[in-house]
Amino acid sequence: MSVAAFYVGRSRSIALVGGPKHGTELHSLPGYYGYFTAIWCLLPALAVLLAWVLLEPRVVVAMVIQGLPAEQQALSPGELDLLINNIQNLAAGDAVSGTVDAVLSDAAQRFLALTALSRRILAILTLGLGGLGAAIAWRRIRPDLRARNRVEQIVLLMLIAASSIAIFTTVGIVLSVLFEAIRFFQQVPVTEFLFGLNWSPQTAIRADQVGSSGSFGAVPLFTGTLLITAIAMFVAVPVGLMTAIYLAEYSSHRVRSIAKPLLEVLAGIPTVVYGFFAALTVAPWVRRTGESLGLEVASESALAAGLVMGIMIIPLVSSLSDDAINAVPSAMRDGALGLGSTRSETMTRVILPAALPGIVGGVLLAVSRAIGETMIVVMAAGLAANLTANPFEAVTTVTVQIVTLLVGDQEFDSAKTLAAFALGLMLFVVTLILNVFGLSVVRKYREQYD
Amino acid sequence: MARMTESNSSDEQPPSMELDAETEVPTEAAVAANGAQLALAEEQIVDIGETVGNVRCEDPYVVAENVNVFYGDNHAIKDVTLEISKKEVIALIGPSGCGKSTFLRCLNRMNDSIETARVSGDISLGGQDIYSKEFDPVALRARVGMVFQKPNPFPKSIYDNVAYGPRIHGLANDRAELDEIVHNSLERAGLLKEVKDRMDEPGTGLSGGQQQRLCIARTIAVNPEVILMDEPCSALDPIATARIEDLMDELSEDYAIVIVTHSMQQAARVSGRVAYFHLGLLVEVDETDKIFTNPQHKLTEDYITGRIG
Repeated sequence: MSVAAFYVGRSRSIALVGGPKHGTELHSLPGYYGYFTAIWCLLPALAVLLAWVLLEPRVVVAMVIQGLPAEQQALSPGELDLLINNIQNLAAGDAVSGTVDAVLSDAAQRFLALTALSRRILAILTLGLGGLGAAIAWRRIRPDLRARNRVEQIVLLMLIAASSIAIFTTVGIVLSVLFEAIRFFQQVPVTEFLFGLNWSPQTAIRADQVGSSGSFGAVPLFTGTLLITAIAMFVAVPVGLMTAIYLAEYSSHRVRSIAKPLLEVLAGIPTVVYGFFAALTVAPWVRRTGESLGLEVASESALAAGLVMGIMIIPLVSSLSDDAINAVPSAMRDGALGLGSTRSETMTRVILPAALPGIVGGVLLAVSRAIGETMIVVMAAGLAANLTANPFEAVTTVTVQIVTLLVGDQEFDSAKTLAAFALGLMLFVVTLILNVFGLSVVRKYREQYD
Repeated sequence: MARMTESNSSDEQPPSMELDAETEVPTEAAVAANGAQLALAEEQIVDIGETVGNVRCEDPYVVAENVNVFYGDNHAIKDVTLEISKKEVIALIGPSGCGKSTFLRCLNRMNDSIETARVSGDISLGGQDIYSKEFDPVALRARVGMVFQKPNPFPKSIYDNVAYGPRIHGLANDRAELDEIVHNSLERAGLLKEVKDRMDEPGTGLSGGQQQRLCIARTIAVNPEVILMDEPCSALDPIATARIEDLMDELSEDYAIVIVTHSMQQAARVSGRVAYFHLGLLVEVDETDKIFTNPQHKLTEDYITGRIG
C-alpha cells in the first residue's frame, strides 16, 4: 500500500506542475513527494498496529475475566493467573493442568472469539488509517511543499532512534548492575568487599542450616585476575609486538598477505576452544613439566590459563601495534633511512618511539580484554580463591566467580547472588577506566599526524 | 518497513543503471584518448634522441653511466648519463612524472626500499661503484644526505633531531662533542638563533620553513659529501623559500647539491647547471644561463617557455 502511495504521490507532484518536463518547478525531486506520501500512509498505521499488538492480550484477558463466574473472579491474583493460563492453553489446544469443566471451555471459546474479532478490527483499522494518511498527504502535495526536508527529517528521527537503542541498553545494564550491587552492599559492607582477604560466598539458605556464614572479600579474586592477566600480557605483548614489527617493516608483501589472515583466524577461534585447549592440553603439560623440574604445580595453575589467554590476545596486540606502526608517516622512515640508519635503527629509534602511544593504547585495550575474559579461566583456572602470587598455584578470577555464583539454583535476593552484581560492577569500572584511558591515548596519538 | 524498502529500490534502480551506462562511456573515451597520448609520447621519444648539451663536467664526483630504472614493467629512467662535480649546485627540472625524483633517489639508493624497483647501469661516488655488492647502502646514505619535499622532523626534541645522525654513526665521543656538532649544524642551517633557547622542545612544533631548515641541519650533522634535495621548498612560503635558497648558496661551497625543483626561477637562482628530464629521458644538460637563454632542444625550450609541463 505504501508502494502504491509512493507512486501516487510522485505522479501527482509531476502532474501538478504539468508533466515531467516541468520537474524543476517542484521544490523537491518527484521521488521525495512519493516518499512523503508513503510515510504518511505507513507510519500512523504502523504506530496503531504496534500499540494494538502490545495492548490486545491485556484487554482480551480482562474481558475474559469479566465473563467468568463471580466466585472465580474473587480468586487471588496468583490463582487467577494460573486460571487464565489454563484458558489460553485450552484455546491453543495445548495440554491443560487440572480438569476441563464447562466454565473453562466456555471461557476458552470466548477467548478465541475475542482474539479473532480483535484481529479483524485491527486489519480494518490499519488499512483505513493507511488510506487516510495517504489521502491527507495526497491533498497536501503542492509544488512548493518542502517534501525533501520533511522526508529527511523523518529519516533523521529513525537514525536517532536506532543509535539510541544501543545507548539506552548500555545505560539500562549499568543501572541494573548498580542497583543490585547497592542491595548487596546493604548486606555486606563495602569495606569488607573491597579489602577483605577471604572469599567464600557460601551463605546458609535456611536459618537452621549448618555452614558458613559467607565472607565476601574480593581481594583474592582481583589478585587472581591480575596474576593471570599479567601472565597473559607477558606472553602477548612481546610476541604480538615483534609480530607487528616483522609484518609492518620486514616481511615481503607475500608473507604479509599470508600471515595477516592467519593471525586473524587466531583471533576468530571461539574462546571456548581456547578454554578446553588450556584445560586439556596446556594445563597437564605445564604440570608434567613442572614436576619433572621438581616443582609442585596445581593441575589448574594460573600459568596454564595465563599462557593460553596470552596466545588468544596476540592477534589483538599485533594488529593494533601493526596499525600504529603503519600510521607513522613514511616520511619518518625515509628521513631516518636518508640519514644512513639501518632498518633496525630506523625501527628502534624513530618508528617505535613515534608509534609508542598507539602501541600503549593497544596494550591497554588488550589488558581490559584479558581482565574480562571468562571462558578460558572458567575451564582452566581453579575455583579456590587463593591469595597468592605463585603462578603454579590455582587461583580464581572475578569472571569465574560470577559464573559459579549464578550457575545453578539460588534465590535472587541472597548475598551470594547479589555478590555477582557487585563483582560485575567492579569489573565494569576497572575495564571502563582502562578502555577510556587506552582510547584517549590512541586518540591523542592520532591527532599528532593528521 | 519491508514495503518501504521495496518502493525504495524499485525507484532507485533504473536511474542508477542509466548513470552507470553514462559513466562508462566517457571512461572508454578517456582510455582511447590516453592511448592516443601514449602513441604521441612514443613519437616524441624518437624525436628526443641523444642528450644535448654537456653531460660531462670538470672534476666529476658523482658519475651516472647509462642508468635505467624499472618499477615493475614501467621503464621510469631510460639510459641516463650525467656527471656531477664536487662543488656545484645542479638542478633537475622537468614535468611531473619525468623521472627526475627517481633519478635523485638512485644516487643514495633510496629506491632499494621499493620492492619492485630495479636499477641497471653504473653510478659511482668518488670512483666507487655504489651499486656493487660490497657497497653498503647505509654507509652510502651517510655520505649522500637527503632533504625531502615535505619537512619531516622526527617527533623528538630539536636537539635530538640533529643529534640523531651523529649518534647512530658514532661521530661524537662525548656529550661536549655532540653538543658542538649540533650547535654547528644548526648554525650552518641558519636556525641556531631561532631555536637556541628551546632545544628541548619538539621539532614538530616549529614552523614549516624552520622544520625544513632543521631537516637540513640534521642532514649536514652527519657531514655528507653530497646533499640531495627533492623539491625542498614546494611546501614553503616565499620568505622561507628565500632563506633555504640562501642557505643552499652557502652550503654549495662545501657540498655537491642536487636539487629537484618545479620552479624554474628557483633553478635559475640557485643552480650552476640544469638538467632537463622528459618521460624518463635526460633531454638537455648545460650551464643554467645557457639553458634559460638559449636552449638547444625543442622540448627544453617548450618547457621553460611554459608550453608543456
